[in-house]
Amino acid sequence: MEHASGFVLPNSGHNRDAEASKMGMWLFLFTELLLFGGLFIVYMVYRMINHEAFLLSSFELDVTMGTINTVVLLVSSMTIAMSITAIQKGNIKLSVNLLYATLAAAIIFMVIKYFEWSSKIHHGLFPGMDYYESLPKGEGLFFYLYFFMTGLHALHIIIGAVIIGVVIYRTKKGLVTSEKYTLTENAGLYWHLVDLIWIYLFPLFYLIH
Amino acid sequence: MATVSTDLNYLQGKKGLFSWIFSVDHKRIGLLYLYALITFFLVGVTLGILMRLELLNPGKDLLEAQTYNQIFTLHGVIMIFLFIIPSIPAVFGNFFLPIMLGTDDVSFPRLNLLSWWIYIIGAIMALSTLIFGDGPADTGWTFYAPYSVKTGTNVTMSVLAAFVLGFSSILTGLNFIVTIHRLRTPGMTFLKMPLFAWALYATSWIQLLATPIIGITLMMIVAERFFGVGLFDPSIGGDPILYQHLFWIYSHPAVYIMALPAFGIISELLPTFARRTIFGYKAIAFSSLAIAFVGYFIWGHHMFTSGMSGTGRFIFSILTFLVAIPTAIKVFNWVATLYKGSIHVHTPLLYALAFIFQFMIGGFTGLLLGALATDIHLHDTYFVVGHFHYVMFGGTGFAFFGALHYWFPKIWGKMYNAKVANTAFTLLFIGFNTLYFPMLIAGLMGMPRRYYDYLPEFHLPNMISTFGSWILAVGLILMLGNLIYAYFKSKEKPGRNPWGGITLEWQTQSPPPVQNFDRMPELPKNGPYDFEHKPTIKE
Repeated sequence: MEHASGFVLPNSGHNRDAEASKMGMWLFLFTELLLFGGLFIVYMVYRMINHEAFLLSSFELDVTMGTINTVVLLVSSMTIAMSITAIQKGNIKLSVNLLYATLAAAIIFMVIKYFEWSSKIHHGLFPGMDYYESLPKGEGLFFYLYFFMTGLHALHIIIGAVIIGVVIYRTKKGLVTSEKYTLTENAGLYWHLVDLIWIYLFPLFYLIH
Repeated sequence: MATVSTDLNYLQGKKGLFSWIFSVDHKRIGLLYLYALITFFLVGVTLGILMRLELLNPGKDLLEAQTYNQIFTLHGVIMIFLFIIPSIPAVFGNFFLPIMLGTDDVSFPRLNLLSWWIYIIGAIMALSTLIFGDGPADTGWTFYAPYSVKTGTNVTMSVLAAFVLGFSSILTGLNFIVTIHRLRTPGMTFLKMPLFAWALYATSWIQLLATPIIGITLMMIVAERFFGVGLFDPSIGGDPILYQHLFWIYSHPAVYIMALPAFGIISELLPTFARRTIFGYKAIAFSSLAIAFVGYFIWGHHMFTSGMSGTGRFIFSILTFLVAIPTAIKVFNWVATLYKGSIHVHTPLLYALAFIFQFMIGGFTGLLLGALATDIHLHDTYFVVGHFHYVMFGGTGFAFFGALHYWFPKIWGKMYNAKVANTAFTLLFIGFNTLYFPMLIAGLMGMPRRYYDYLPEFHLPNMISTFGSWILAVGLILMLGNLIYAYFKSKEKPGRNPWGGITLEWQTQSPPPVQNFDRMPELPKNGPYDFEHKPTIKE
């Protein structure tokens, strides 16, 4: 902003500052990690107390579906990274298409998640249902944490998908260009984090025996 | 950004409510916080005075036991989450950090406005428990499980409010870190920043790295209340100690979110009124980071009596004592700053000196609680209540008032009546110590906290304490009245630099123009408090 006397401050919070935006996103990602960090502590403590029950319950989960979802998310991380490279090189059409691919992966992930959850709920494993209440305490805790943690993660997938939708919209409107692509980069950072958290959730619930 | 006519200051220009509540100007947002904070503070004070009235005499006088429990919980929630955690960063940090760095706003002005809105939504949620649902929570501000999971009061809403307020805190911290990294004026290196900026920097990191833990923990409380899965409730297999750990992993560092900005304020006030450079600039700057760092690892000292291994207690106790070192470094440096200074006694300096005195009492009593043997005796007594009020109110609260008197002429371009301000300060100082010192004694005698009644042998300290609360209330009314009167009626124009300070905010007009500076701010040669080579400030 300019002063009436023609004086301009060298640094302004109203200037576009790509470095600042990225730094802000990284700081935000720290907070996301810690949010899940609290849950990981709870998981660890109860896994140590209820070792047998957690082991038993983990066999109930569908490893195939979990694996497919892991692959889907890994691929989506790749497509959004490619989308950033595409926009850097000025190929807007490719960038948008790759973002669509990422969005599609998010939807596939959610659909698979839906089937996983509904089969669990069908078996009465959701907290509050009759069968759930009859489970031994440790197994109940396992499913509770399973729904809480994958649920929170799924919420992040939805938020990520909305963000990607915004990036697509703004790229199409020409607001994201090869000179000005911080938005795509930040969306990518966020999406990688969502992916990364799943990389931890998957073995914790499905694989550890 | 469009060019704005800049011969107007930030208070002029656009008028009307919407130009304020949707303003992205950091100065207006700072004031929005100020008005909201003072309102909530007064609600909290009223609740506190009610509690003191009930405790004037043994037995039930005024409040039912259940009402008393709800009032002390709401008092805690309001004072901690609505007043003291946001207090100095949200008001003075927002207003002065960009000016002290020589820039025109924070890095993310719109995010800054969003933080305020989130804060207001959280505040409305917290206060709504007064009217809606089954009454305010009666758990204490710590929401300890299993009681918080079982009580019939409106814990869910209080907990959700704390969660939402946490978001506001995180976003403010994030904004400040990026601002400090990106927007310092050319020539201002990290080690030439004012110490207030250093204090905010350390605080912001704690806000960022500690707050998410409480967020997720409170979410677990809400889920536990809905589904009753036995996460924290021992009767169905949960672990209440785990809740306490998770709670204090945030809430102990949060103590430093409350205290560190106050240290920053004191480090600003003393050099200005002693007219000399701060003693041990680097020591003060780095001790803030040290406190932030060590403060992250000592949460266990809140739980010495609730079940922890001997080794665990031993380690947490040693780490707790470690925090005393960087804190003492600060106090020694502040006192040394006054030595051979040219001390000008004005109201803000009085608050700073009271801060040092009261904060030292708060600090030393803290060591008694951090020591294992004495803590067994003192845990959950009035000694704890006295201790943290000495740190929070006698420390941060007084620093907040000091900052308000220090920057009042800069913020509004008006001047308050110094005599009345000094009288109000004297009343506050006497009232404060009369109110809280007897609590330390009652605690040593063994009076437990959080009861609406007590045994007759605790009558005397409680009576004195309640008298103190009245003196304090008179002092508060006088102080605020004096400032409000000055805001509306003052004809005195303080000019750019009423106190002879040399940090950048004193080089601009009072009140500052919309983009903070009307000419290029000039940095002193050797750091922010270099009074030997101070820039000449023309009106």
